Amino acid sequence: MSKTHVTTKVNGDEVEFLCDPRETLLDVLRDRLNLTGAKEGCGTGDCGACSVTVDGRLVCSCLMLGVEAEGKEIGTVEGIATGEELHPLQRKFIEYAALQCGICTPGILVATKALLERTPDPTEEQVRYWLAGNLCRCTGYDKIIRAVMDTAAEMREAS
Amino acid sequence: MKYYKPATFEEAVALAAGADGVTRILAGGTDVLVQLRSDIVTPDTLIDIKAIPGTHDITRTGAGGWRLGVAVTGAEMSEHAELVRDWPGVVEAMDLIGSTQVQGRATPVGNLCNASPAADSVPAMIAAGAVATVTGPDGSREVAVEEIPVSPGKTSLAKGEMITALTLPPRGENGGDAYLRFIPRTEMDIAVVGCGVNLRVKGDVITEAHMVLGAVAPTAVVVHAAADALVGRTLDDDALQALADLAEASCNPIDDKRGTIKFRTHTAGVLARRAAQIAYTRAKGDQA
Repeated sequence: MSKTHVTTKVNGDEVEFLCDPRETLLDVLRDRLNLTGAKEGCGTGDCGACSVTVDGRLVCSCLMLGVEAEGKEIGTVEGIATGEELHPLQRKFIEYAALQCGICTPGILVATKALLERTPDPTEEQVRYWLAGNLCRCTGYDKIIRAVMDTAAEMREAS
Repeated sequence: MKYYKPATFEEAVALAAGADGVTRILAGGTDVLVQLRSDIVTPDTLIDIKAIPGTHDITRTGAGGWRLGVAVTGAEMSEHAELVRDWPGVVEAMDLIGSTQVQGRATPVGNLCNASPAADSVPAMIAAGAVATVTGPDGSREVAVEEIPVSPGKTSLAKGEMITALTLPPRGENGGDAYLRFIPRTEMDIAVVGCGVNLRVKGDVITEAHMVLGAVAPTAVVVHAAADALVGRTLDDDALQALADLAEASCNPIDDKRGTIKFRTHTAGVLARRAAQIAYTRAKGDQA
């Protein structure tokens, strides 16, 4: 089967790859670009562990083909920190111990960053609904929600 | 699997008409990719229509309705204030599907073509009088949304045909629509029962009524008698009871793990009342 040449941007860097049309964007990120932050949980768009942004829009990378990334701008968890300096969400997740096994964490960070960019002052209910598609089996969500609310407050003060 | 990204619908139709084996159209992919990954349907030909100009646009029609490109997503609909003002029921039905992530990709046209009996956007679109533009090798025709799904997973589209646009009629004065569904939790589930209602009023009196049920039969059920029960009266207790009775009588559901026949039938009546009350409030211009 012939492969397709794709040019896209990941976390601001232009990248090129060859992929089979059946490969998902998640397969491409992990296996071709070595960006293993996005995780495969369910592979059917239910768990959100593979969350990335495409042209600023939050999507499941397991429900998008690699070939569809042509000309797009992809954002993954690897692009959230600035060099050595963690994003406020990352700092707060550590501070609040908002993770245990960590499989869901990259997806939740990408998802909540997207939320705070469009809704800097969310209610707890808004955060919970926004994250309905990000499953976590360890934390019971409470620490995650508290970390997000506190990050939002800190980022509002800083801006 | 061969992947194509045509630049025009003419090209897309020619590809679909000339393809052997299983062909799938790719818009948001939230059903197509799940089926592909689960080895339920592996298309021989996959036609990505998102590079075709206009497929991402929500535009006002000359008549005052709305034309939705076939790649317009649920998120884009929810963010479109004017569309939400005109057809809140259609938008809230679409918005109920899946997570934030799914909303970023899923399209009402895909929801329609997947032909699930439980598709949330479909009863709301039918109640609103939405029309699909179907284009094939012999040209285009306008088809009422209710005529697209024919049985679970099957549509009336012939080989080489595809939906190329969706049109919602002009909202007009004193109209309101609403959609409610029952699921056992608050998010991320498939409708056990869904109900879309679209009303028009003059003062307190109903002048036009449409009700459509989802997930209680192999395809969405248009309750034509809803108009007879409601038109010419206010939405009082008797009218609501008549509507609930009609909803229950129109059900032909299955028993499964998500709901029994008895539960689904009862719930259809409850949702009919509640959706009608919201649509009525909206039609009268009050906040729902």
